Amino acid sequence: MNQDIITLDHGSGGRHTAQLIEELLLPAFHNDALSALGDGATLNLSGPLVFSTDSFVVDPIFFPGGDIGKLSVCGTVNDLAMCGGVPRYLSLSFLIEEGFPLADLRRVVDSIARTAQEAGAEIVTGDTKVVERGKGDGLYINTAGIGTLAWPGLSPDGIQVGDDVIISGSIGDHGAAVMMARNGLLEGSALSSDCRPLHALARAALECGGVRVLRDPTRGGVATTLNEFAQNRSFSIELDEDALPINASTAAACGLLGLEPLYCANEGKLLAVVDTERSEAVLEALRSTPGGEQAARIGRVTSRAPGKVILNTFLGGGRVLSMLTGAQLPRIC
Amino acid sequence: MLSEADFRRLPGSDRLLRAIREMELPEVRLMEVCGTHTMAIAQAGLKQLLPAQIHLLSGPGCPVCVTPAGVMDEILRLSETPGLILTTYGDLMRVPGSDPEDSLQRRKALGADVRWVYSPMDSLDIARENPERQVVFLGVGFETTAPGTALAVLEAKRRGLGNFSLLCLLKQTPPALRALIAQPGFRVDGFLCPGHVATIAGAEAFRFLPEEYGLPAVVSGFEAGDLLVSLYKLLCQIRDGAPTLENEYTRAVSPQGNQAAQALMAQVLEPSDDLWRGLGDIPASGLRLRQEFQDYDAARRFSFSPAPRSELPGCRCGQIICGQLSPADCPLFGKRCQPEHPVGPCMVSSEGACAAAYKYGGVEECL
Repeated sequence: MNQDIITLDHGSGGRHTAQLIEELLLPAFHNDALSALGDGATLNLSGPLVFSTDSFVVDPIFFPGGDIGKLSVCGTVNDLAMCGGVPRYLSLSFLIEEGFPLADLRRVVDSIARTAQEAGAEIVTGDTKVVERGKGDGLYINTAGIGTLAWPGLSPDGIQVGDDVIISGSIGDHGAAVMMARNGLLEGSALSSDCRPLHALARAALECGGVRVLRDPTRGGVATTLNEFAQNRSFSIELDEDALPINASTAAACGLLGLEPLYCANEGKLLAVVDTERSEAVLEALRSTPGGEQAARIGRVTSRAPGKVILNTFLGGGRVLSMLTGAQLPRIC
Repeated sequence: MLSEADFRRLPGSDRLLRAIREMELPEVRLMEVCGTHTMAIAQAGLKQLLPAQIHLLSGPGCPVCVTPAGVMDEILRLSETPGLILTTYGDLMRVPGSDPEDSLQRRKALGADVRWVYSPMDSLDIARENPERQVVFLGVGFETTAPGTALAVLEAKRRGLGNFSLLCLLKQTPPALRALIAQPGFRVDGFLCPGHVATIAGAEAFRFLPEEYGLPAVVSGFEAGDLLVSLYKLLCQIRDGAPTLENEYTRAVSPQGNQAAQALMAQVLEPSDDLWRGLGDIPASGLRLRQEFQDYDAARRFSFSPAPRSELPGCRCGQIICGQLSPADCPLFGKRCQPEHPVGPCMVSSEGACAAAYKYGGVEECL
């Protein structure tokens, strides 16, 4: 591959495609299922499985703390882990815009390989398409994943009044970092995306028992995820503002952009609703797992205002946190 | 030096709250006129902490919310101009025209080149990078954003950027307050004055409230601690029957304001009559480009001529802002007018009286 950019030839299915696969993709992801280069992967799995897919578009493609490649593995791996699954196999599809730098693709591929390995998942099948210049935004990625279901029965239906709400760490870092990076406002900032695989944290929490439901609060943030739990159910969720772990740089960025950390995306945090009897154990387990050091109990399930999520402010006031309506747009006023 | 965070969790906040609760006060109506104050009050959950007889009313809200539907219609029409790039602050993307379903966000989806910028100066870079295309900056805002907007025009002139122009939709706060006060049935006992506006215009810009109308006024910052101190000061003035102007936000606001910024505004802009969504025509409440900068006036370049009146019949925002009606009294509330397709400014603003009433559905009262 002596060219420095992706061209339509790379998506043709011909020589350039083969070259891309053999020189870039196979060495990065080497495993038996993929190396067979069949039309699909042959897998050997039994028992109940979990299956999920996610597509990734992010601007910019490289951001502090991660890139679209790392994100595309974490997104699917984390969905599997939140369902109580152990991630095993992933598919990987690239939609690349003509002219995309090959060096950037190489960085993304390396990042995917590293993250998949960390998550204990193998990339066993994939696809590459190239679209004409102007018809894509550099690079889109789709991944799908299969995992074995180790902890069945996780569901918001299991939530009971008196349960605790736990988060594995600081809130809103990914959304704030990407938004600031997009606007060239990162200089001098300590902001970094929290993008990371959650399989180990999920395992740590689930092995303690008492976990009703797990969810990674991505788009829409913590407030929207908790609303999904509470909506049309007979309990409310109350958060303590003082207990929310929010990094100073994320708080500052949100202040500047007129956003709220509770509505900013997270890509490496899990929310758990836990039987209060087990919540100390879950917290301990999370805190002793990498990425969970800042885990905190941020609220509890109550019967005060069924169907709603309420933030008890540090002043002692109450505020209803509604679902995010529409995309978050920076405000001037 | 104290940081902003210190004002958020001001030591003694609980004592202040207690002092406010212990004041013997009649029914009191206080108005904040800045969207950021409205947001800050909601975020701190302040309304439920105050005694029942103290009512906080949200004024006209933000400059974006009061941009009339007719002006939005013209902006939407402008977005259809072939090759044109519109640059805007994010807030304007969702503001509807007279068709509540239509907005810049929708037009962008349909192919219009609408880009949001953080500063008006970003528009100049876009103009330089696209010399063959026209770039129009949608200059909304109160006094806070006016100097930056004026600077962008000066800079465009200096750089000879002929493909840049400004649609000047800037508005001034004091004339709007005068218009509000003049509305029949208006009854507010004191104003929480906008700290950001006062940073530019100076605290003295609000001196007319006590002197001409006998109304207490406190220029306030935006952290919970600022708001508590300011409310306390306002309530003391009311209790003592001694209306005056006080400045709580002294770390940012001087009596005369930022005079360099004011000079910049005066060099480029001049007052003009203007139309506000929900409030109607207000004399000398807008800002337009001075004669010598008319080459940069997008309204001239693109024959911009908004319909004088294009509000949906039935919208009661004018009266809701003044506290004469509650959102549920409006025939459009929750029907034609909802957060996803708002009609009036009280619904456009995410913490406006109607948006809050719709989203929280009375739950706030039980907290």
